[in-house]
Amino acid sequence: MNLNYAMPQFIIDRNRDRCIDCKVCVNQCANEAHIYDEEEGRVISDDSRCIGCHRCVALCPTRALSVRKYPLEYREHHTWTASDIDLIYKQAASGGILLTGMGTDKNYRIYWDHLLLNASQVTNPSIDPLREPMELKTFLGRKPDSLIFKNGRLLEELPPQLELEVPIMFSAMSFGSISLNAHKSLARAAEEVGTFYNTGEGGLHRDLYRYGNNTIVQVASGRFGVHQGYLKAGAAVEIKIGQGAKPGIGGHLPGEKVGKEVSLTRMIPMGSDAISPAPHHDIYSIEDLRQLIYALKEATNYERPVSVKIAAVHNVAAIASGIARAGADIIAIDGFRAGTGATPLRTRDNVGIPIELALAAVDFRLREEGIRNQVSLVIGGSIRNSADIVKAIALGADAVYIGTAALIALGCHMCQQCYTGKCNWGIATQDPNLVKRLNPDIGAKRAANLLRAWAHEIKELLGGMGINALESLRGNRLMLRGVNLSEKELEILGVKHAGE
Amino acid sequence: MKRVYAKEDVCAGCKLCEVHCIVAHSEYPGDIIKAFKKGTRPVSRVIVEENRPISFALQCRHCDDAPCTKACITGAMHRDPETGIVTNREERCVGCWTCILACPFGAIRRDETGRKVASKCDLCSKTDGVPVCVANCPNDALIFEDRN
Amino acid sequence: MNYVIIGNSAAAVGAIEGIRQVDRQGRITVISDETYHTYSRPLISYWLAGKVTEDKMVYRDKSFYEDNSVDPILGVKAEKIDFEGRKVKLADGADISYDRLLIAAGGKPIVPPVEGLDKRGVFSFLRFDDVKKIKEAVSAGGKKAVVIGAGLIGLKAAEALIKAGVAVTVVELAGRILPAILDEQAAAMVQEYLEKHGIEFKLNNTVTGVQGDHTVSGVILQDGTKIPCELLVVAIGVQPNTDLVKDTEIIINRGIVVNEKMETNITGVYAAGDVAEGFDIVHGANRVLPLLPNAYQQGEAAGRNMAGDETVFAGGLAMNAIGFGDLPMLTAGIIKPVSEEFEVLVKAEPETASYRKIVLRDGRIVGYICLNRVDRAGILTGLLREKVDVSSFKDRLLSYDFGYVDFPEELRKSRLSGGAA
Repeated sequence: MNLNYAMPQFIIDRNRDRCIDCKVCVNQCANEAHIYDEEEGRVISDDSRCIGCHRCVALCPTRALSVRKYPLEYREHHTWTASDIDLIYKQAASGGILLTGMGTDKNYRIYWDHLLLNASQVTNPSIDPLREPMELKTFLGRKPDSLIFKNGRLLEELPPQLELEVPIMFSAMSFGSISLNAHKSLARAAEEVGTFYNTGEGGLHRDLYRYGNNTIVQVASGRFGVHQGYLKAGAAVEIKIGQGAKPGIGGHLPGEKVGKEVSLTRMIPMGSDAISPAPHHDIYSIEDLRQLIYALKEATNYERPVSVKIAAVHNVAAIASGIARAGADIIAIDGFRAGTGATPLRTRDNVGIPIELALAAVDFRLREEGIRNQVSLVIGGSIRNSADIVKAIALGADAVYIGTAALIALGCHMCQQCYTGKCNWGIATQDPNLVKRLNPDIGAKRAANLLRAWAHEIKELLGGMGINALESLRGNRLMLRGVNLSEKELEILGVKHAGE
Repeated sequence: MKRVYAKEDVCAGCKLCEVHCIVAHSEYPGDIIKAFKKGTRPVSRVIVEENRPISFALQCRHCDDAPCTKACITGAMHRDPETGIVTNREERCVGCWTCILACPFGAIRRDETGRKVASKCDLCSKTDGVPVCVANCPNDALIFEDRN
Repeated sequence: MNYVIIGNSAAAVGAIEGIRQVDRQGRITVISDETYHTYSRPLISYWLAGKVTEDKMVYRDKSFYEDNSVDPILGVKAEKIDFEGRKVKLADGADISYDRLLIAAGGKPIVPPVEGLDKRGVFSFLRFDDVKKIKEAVSAGGKKAVVIGAGLIGLKAAEALIKAGVAVTVVELAGRILPAILDEQAAAMVQEYLEKHGIEFKLNNTVTGVQGDHTVSGVILQDGTKIPCELLVVAIGVQPNTDLVKDTEIIINRGIVVNEKMETNITGVYAAGDVAEGFDIVHGANRVLPLLPNAYQQGEAAGRNMAGDETVFAGGLAMNAIGFGDLPMLTAGIIKPVSEEFEVLVKAEPETASYRKIVLRDGRIVGYICLNRVDRAGILTGLLREKVDVSSFKDRLLSYDFGYVDFPEELRKSRLSGGAA
């Protein structure tokens, strides 16, 4: 099997008139796509190694490099696409399952792009957010059925709440799947802007305890890094049942990523694979889940809201109802376009349902059952911009999780090779040579900038609708109209068609 | 005085500091391509030391009590009493390398691309502002600040 | 305050700059029997070789005396010092009184006990005037030179003479060239290099006779060899030029004895440079170290003390940077240890004339030789000077790319991240 059928994905264009052979591309490519030929005294490239991460392009001081799709065409065939063929070659060579990173790259319908927002004209004047106060503050947690006041003071004690200045949180990404510098960046940005990041199932590195007030600590099926101090270190605890990029399966952090710090943080031996089981072995029913929820509440003196995260799957509405009744304060739903560091390709591309439909269904169901106030809804999985967020809020979300967008803010170029551990941007890697490339000072600033920029945009969009508090938009589907959607889709979304 | 300090925990080892140092001290300080492709290319005055995963850039520390200025046999190596910047007045340097012998940071290099002269960081003092190694570090691994 | 400095070379300039760091007002007088604006002695060989012009010989800018309010008395010899009356008597009869005096009279050539060294055509190689005379002799038709001594001065003289178109034979009593700064292996490499460039050597040999009536026509060596020549350069070495204070109450050992403030046994009288015995950090004792960097630093320390700022001379060490053609070498400290207490690390690559040797004692560098690949050798000097325990990274010392990256993290960071270095 000497002949490799796998064809290069990209072609590296090196403009020889501009290249100064300074070797920056050589020393920056972890895939060794650039090589310095000592004998010729010049830099050459091996296209077959290029994964399209653009690290070399970004750092080339003379802009001598560009990267294009490799111009290799198969004879056109509607059923057998190039990707189908290439992946068969790959599996015929390896005999293994296909792994990939980030969210699905398949052309599924993105419902956000079929939803349009309203704006005020004449009768209900719009609001200028630069002139008038605009409230984005969001509280996540169980709200009482009714409030009892006496002498102007609230009588009962509210259950624990997370207080967000912006309705955006950084979603769960473990230390192990991403670097410590990436975690530091997100933690500091969350602190600066007044929101939360999520540890994922990787424990909390000792350097990050100081950001505890802006941390959601996760408990997942592997229980990695979970101990009393960890649970109390965060502002909330999240039980991860499933995630959108790989519903129904567990996680696997390969041993080579388990260095000293990851090992200490996860409380597992160095170099050992960290395998999160597909199910929680102690949860086979809503009652079991309730036990875990209350165990965690007990462990945290009922001072922390408990969130339950699930992947958006077929019966998501019924499952969410069960979770609410099991005592969760927050339900996080992850759509099937959500990203991840490593997932089987076929799972990523074929399992789960779109988050927009899941959100609409859950919100509707919880309202119908009269328990919507008992939980906050946080959704994630392909939130790309502030307009997606406004639409999500109008569909019933309390807040959103962003993962991929946050990593892009840190420098991710969406090469989707996270699972190789060779992230040239220092994000999805534990290689000490590569993690240094993400300066947490810069990362924190960029991630915080993204949140601020989106907050501004959300205010603009709210103002346009004549709304001055995000709370007034929650579940307000009248602010949405669908385009190019079927009757059924509109029905599930609970949205009228444009023009209606 | 302001000096350049390296943050080795975020140095990506890309050596862009060296590239831009070469350009700034070449015959074509404004043109990176010409600086590398035409004329003689000077040696970089900033040195990236590397033993992966450790890497950091090192250049003249502009010592207050600079041993190179005292060792210099010609008086070419000079510390400006006002700015504290140590520069080698290359027209007076004969390339005897006594400064290399004296510099505890190994921050002076032999430049034999033209006439033999000792080459060292001048904090880009011919231009105002931030030294080019700092200005062009893609990861803020070099900072220009006063730590006294 | 009235400062008087006898001498006008590195130690004197160091003293002027040292005084001015503390005292901008006091009067400084510099006395030298040479007529030149302060110049760099090591550059005389460069001048002879045509590598620098006379205007580039200056050790400090032409405005130096004016900028530092110095009165130079040049071309006049200081004859005698009246320590009681605090006066320097000059050859022209003038008396210069002082409050603080620095003797920076430098060194003088060591002259071997050979008959005939008073003939025309015999030269020293120490002062600008020496090389000016040599140049005249070359211009007058001198084609062949013998140099006595294969030390630093002798070899720089030989190199310059070759450049000036003169054939050169170097005669050395020791069995190798540069015996003070190189070991056998390095010396052999350098010798081979110099021979390729036309210098002939007679080792384990010495000049026993000078031929010619009034003018040199040749020399006779110990082994009987006769070498005809028109120029004979005596370059055995230098000794402290203590003539001025001989038979006075000043204590002289080999050089003038000074304390850690560079002050002699007479209050207010200091000595620095090749004439003095300053502290040597490698030997842990005072001794004569006739080297420019050392002279400057002694002078600077003396100057600061003269101006009233108590400054301890940090100590010097034997260290030399010397190059022939494109073969540079840097050496420092003890390079050829004799006893068991030393550990020696060596890397030799004769094909490229590259050599690196490091001498350790108690895990600390006490000396080194770097031949050819000399870059960043100053890091070794720094470790030597500060007596850093290098045991933990000893195996990296011989590497050509040895650097701070090889230091233990804590040491590296403390060196590189602090304020003023």
